[in-house]
Amino acid sequence: MPTIEIRGLCKRFGKKVVLDGMDLTVSQGKNTVVIGGSGTGKSVLIKCVVGLLRADGGEIRIDGEDVTKMDERELVRVRQKFGMLFQGAALFDSMNVGENVAFALRRLRRYPERQIQAAVEEKLAMVGLRDIQHLMPSELSGGMKKRVGLARAIASEPEILLYDEPTTGLDPIMADVINELIIRLRKSLGVTSISITHDMASAYKIADSIAMLYKGKIIEVGTPDEIRNSASPVVTQFVEGRAVGPITAEHEEFIRFVRRSGESGGQEER
Amino acid sequence: MAEKGGGNRLVAVLERFGARVYRMMEDLGNVFVLFLQCVSWMFRPPYEIRNIVKQMEEVGVRSMPVVLVTATFTGMVIALQSWSGFQRFQATSLVGSVVALSITRELGPVFAGLMVSGRVGAAMAAELGTMKVTEQIDALVTLATNPVKYLVVPRVVAATVVLPILVVFADLVGILGGYFVAVNLLGANSYVYINKTYQYLEFKDIYTGLVKASVFGFLIALISCYNGFIAEGGAEGVGRATMRAVVASSMVVLISDYFMTSLMF
Repeated sequence: MPTIEIRGLCKRFGKKVVLDGMDLTVSQGKNTVVIGGSGTGKSVLIKCVVGLLRADGGEIRIDGEDVTKMDERELVRVRQKFGMLFQGAALFDSMNVGENVAFALRRLRRYPERQIQAAVEEKLAMVGLRDIQHLMPSELSGGMKKRVGLARAIASEPEILLYDEPTTGLDPIMADVINELIIRLRKSLGVTSISITHDMASAYKIADSIAMLYKGKIIEVGTPDEIRNSASPVVTQFVEGRAVGPITAEHEEFIRFVRRSGESGGQEER
Repeated sequence: MAEKGGGNRLVAVLERFGARVYRMMEDLGNVFVLFLQCVSWMFRPPYEIRNIVKQMEEVGVRSMPVVLVTATFTGMVIALQSWSGFQRFQATSLVGSVVALSITRELGPVFAGLMVSGRVGAAMAAELGTMKVTEQIDALVTLATNPVKYLVVPRVVAATVVLPILVVFADLVGILGGYFVAVNLLGANSYVYINKTYQYLEFKDIYTGLVKASVFGFLIALISCYNGFIAEGGAEGVGRATMRAVVASSMVVLISDYFMTSLMF
């Protein structure tokens, strides 16, 4: 039974169409990795899923309920199923680590204070951190911030986890630590997850299936092996990270077009 | 060719002007929407008491020194100026009334409002702007917390409640500053000065000033939070949001002051 079903999702900003009728299905307990170049709308996709951005068209069904048609009150209820790890961890810098992790638990008032303390310690231990509850986010390294962000995301025991570039900006070892954590969390908590990344090493490692987002649509979905051996030249260029290929050819064509049309092209920005 | 260039330039100027007006209208509409959201969340439990108290400390206690110094010197300079003016027609006995009326009705609330715009408005816009560009506001939403309720309502409530309190102190030290200059430096009669201060000062003068202050506090916090919320694009964006917050809230203080005065005359 699929947990997340996206059908014909559209999102544009002004005249710029970012998502153009994309489809994606994420099965329960699986990790789907969405890959794609910078600015192809990967972040927009997961922000639409969690209701941070309103879709312009299409539907996103979470356990059969369409979040694109919900009002704010219903969204608040559905969002409790979600945990999200942000690209820069997005820890609240006015609070220490412990308060950050406990934030959702205190807001939801599910448990008494003593249990919250225990839960915070447990979640921090799950991401391999101990005795840092009193530290402020500014005192942490990039990898530690991500791990605290992850502990905060899993604190309220979500059913769905969304990872926004979980390994970006980390050294290879720390990136692998995060990869291991993502795999372990999926196994121990059984959560369904969507990750977006352009780090192929990470994608191959953590994915049950990989989907490539290109020009607002999912152009190919498959297991890591299928993607590695894809017949599509666009997918091949991306996963092998080559500078020359169909993706960049079009880009260069566009740049030449902008140069030719001179001023009128330059004034497009708002 | 030259003619065509001139025409294009005119069109470009008009377009830019139009875009500006359009964005201003958009901002106005958005602030109004934020206002409605803010009011509707304000009366819905749970109340963010801890956050409100924290913001009161920030807006009230921490702004006190600036507001007091400004008010003292304002009172002093009015005494000085009106003394030299009133001397020309032997009316120096009225200096006390002039100081008391202008401080309580106008200068106390307006200067406190401007100081708080600069100090607190900038801080709010910078803090919320940084939270916006580092995705902390998005993180709040995913942690089942409404950012308007958690961030905007406490700031708006705190500023609305605390600004009148600041102004009470500003009125007091302003009048004392005027007294000091008139009596100790210019040699006015202490008894006459105090007597004239009381004689013409009505309770209405004080409370209209406090109502104004309250409205200023509300508007400053709302506008500054709005500018923080729409910040984008890293450090530069936060800087721009802060600047806009200070300029807009200072202007709104002066503009709304006129209209409130004309209503409550």
